[in-house]
Amino acid sequence: MEVLVCVKRVPAAGARVPLTGDGRDIDTRHLGFTIGPHEECAVEEAVRLVAAHGGRVTVLAVGPAECAEQVRYALAMGADRGVLVDAGRSDPDPEATAGAITQAVRTLTGGEEPFDLLLFGDCSADAGHHQVGIRVATGLGLPIVSGVKALEVAGDGLRMRREAGDGVEVYRVPLPAAAAVREGLNLPRYPSLPGRLRARKAELRTVAVEPEPGGLRTVRLRQPADDRAAVVVLGHGAAAAPAVVDVLDELGVV
Amino acid sequence: MLLTVVEDREPTPEVCALARSLDPVVEAVAYGADPGPRELARWGVTAVHRIRHELLDAYAPEGYGEALAQLVARLRPSGVLAAATEHGTEILAHAAARAGLPLATDCVSVTGGDPWRLVRSRGGGMLLEEAELAAPVKLVTVAPAAAVPAAGPPHAVGECAVAEFVPELEPRHVRARVVERAARTEGTGLATASVVVSGGRGVGSAEGYAVLEELAGLLGGAVGCSRVATGNGWRPHRDQVGLTGTRIAPEVYLACGISGATQHWVGCMDARTIIAVNTDPDAAMVARADYAVIGDLHEVLPAMVAEIRARRSVHSGPVVSEERG
Repeated sequence: MEVLVCVKRVPAAGARVPLTGDGRDIDTRHLGFTIGPHEECAVEEAVRLVAAHGGRVTVLAVGPAECAEQVRYALAMGADRGVLVDAGRSDPDPEATAGAITQAVRTLTGGEEPFDLLLFGDCSADAGHHQVGIRVATGLGLPIVSGVKALEVAGDGLRMRREAGDGVEVYRVPLPAAAAVREGLNLPRYPSLPGRLRARKAELRTVAVEPEPGGLRTVRLRQPADDRAAVVVLGHGAAAAPAVVDVLDELGVV
Repeated sequence: MLLTVVEDREPTPEVCALARSLDPVVEAVAYGADPGPRELARWGVTAVHRIRHELLDAYAPEGYGEALAQLVARLRPSGVLAAATEHGTEILAHAAARAGLPLATDCVSVTGGDPWRLVRSRGGGMLLEEAELAAPVKLVTVAPAAAVPAAGPPHAVGECAVAEFVPELEPRHVRARVVERAARTEGTGLATASVVVSGGRGVGSAEGYAVLEELAGLLGGAVGCSRVATGNGWRPHRDQVGLTGTRIAPEVYLACGISGATQHWVGCMDARTIIAVNTDPDAAMVARADYAVIGDLHEVLPAMVAEIRARRSVHSGPVVSEERG
C-alpha cells in the first residue's frame, strides 16, 4: 500500500501565542516548531498500515526549506520518503495550499505507482481551515472522509469511523481514497534513536509548484480580550484543603 | 439573495440572523427531511430549496457538496452560510472545492460589502484572524460563539415557499457514504459532567489518577486529563480535555498538575469556575484560574478528600459508604 501523509510545520505554542508587532503573524522568534496533533496521528497510522500490509509511506510538507525538520520527524517515526513542496510563498491560503499539494502529487506519481491512500490531519494546528484535504481529494478525484477516529482495511477498501453531532458514523470507501484524521485515532510513537539517525541522513526530494492564490486573505491576527478576574490563591499545600472545600461548598457541588 | 444550510428541522438562529444582516433576502437549503418551513419563516427565510436524490438517502459528504454546488450555480446567491458543525463545515468545503470558490470557516463576525470582511476564530478561540473574502459567491461557516447582529423583527410570519431541487448525481459522487450510524458511547460523561477533576503532567503516572477518581466520585463528577497524560498513555484519549480532545463547560473545573498550554485552555475555558492546583505559582493555569492552591496535588487532593468526608460525617452521621467511588 502506497500511503502519502501531508503534514504542516506550525509554531509549538505554549501558554500564550505571541504576535509580531504589526499583528501580521505569530512571533516565532522564541517558539519551536512541530507538526499538529492530528497529523502526528496520520503519520502513525500510515506507518502501522504499511507495517501490516506492505508498501511505503511518503511524507510531504508545503512551505520553506525549514519544513525539512517536520518531514524528518515523520521519517524518524517510520515514514520511508520525504518530500518538500516549494510553493514560492510563505503562508499560502487554503486554496493555494491545496493546489500546491495537488500539483506535487501529480508530479510524484508521474510514471510511478499512484498512492492508494492520502492522509491529512482534520485541520491544521494553527490556521485550522478544515478544507485542504477535501480540496486535494476533489482535485485528484478521490473520495474522502473527514474527522476520522478509526480506520481499518476491509476487503479492497477502507472502513472508517468518526463522531458527528451526538452520533457515530461508519463509512466504507473503495481505494484509492483519502482521509482527514483526528487525534485519538491512535497513540503516536516517539521516534526511536535509530529512526532519528536514519531520518537525519535521509535525502529529501524537493518539488517546486506554482499554485494560484485563492480568495481568502489574512489581514492580521489579534488576541481575544481576556476579561477573567485575577486569581484568588486559597493557600499552600494540604493546609489549603478546607478553603478549597469551602469554595466547592459555596458553588454547591459538595 | 443569500443561502443558509439547514441541517436539521430547526434553523440555526445565529446563522439566520447573520445572513439577514448581510442580505435582505435569505433562502434556505435542506436535504431530504422535512425542512420545517414555518420555523424558517419565523427567522425571515422566504424560500427553502429541498434537495432530493435517491443517492443522498444516506449522508454522503461529496454528494451533499456536489448538490449544493449545483444549486449555487443555478441560483447565484451572494453567499452561502452554514453552522460550523461537522456536517456544515464538510458540506461547504466539498461545495467550495467543486465550485472553485474560497471558504472561510469558524467565523465569529462578518461584515458585508466587497470583499466581505470577517473575523475567524483560530485554535478554538486562542487567536482571532481578521480576513477578507473575495469571491462571486462567498462561502462561510459560522462559529457557535458568533456575535449575532440585531437583525430587526423577522418578516411577517407565514410564507416560506418550498421548492424541490433534484441535482444531477452519479454513483461516483457517493463513494464515501454512511453505512452505519450509532449513538455515541464514548466521552459523553466528560462532556456533560457538572464537575471535572482533571490531571496533567503533575500526576506523574497512570496510578496517580486514583486520588482524582476518588475526588471526582465524591463530587459526582468525571475525571479528565491533559494531552501530556494521553501522550504518556496514562489515560485514554476520550478523557482528554482540550482543542483536540473534548471541549467542556462544567460548573467547576479542577485542574491538577496542568500547566495550561493553549491547547488545553481552550478546552476548559468555558467552565464557570476554574480551580488550579499546581506546584508552580507561575503556571499559566494558575494565572488564568479563578482560584488556586500552590502545592503538590498528591498532598492537596487527599487532604480535600479527607475534608469532604469529615464534613459529611458530621452532617449525616458516620455512614458514608454510598459516597465511595
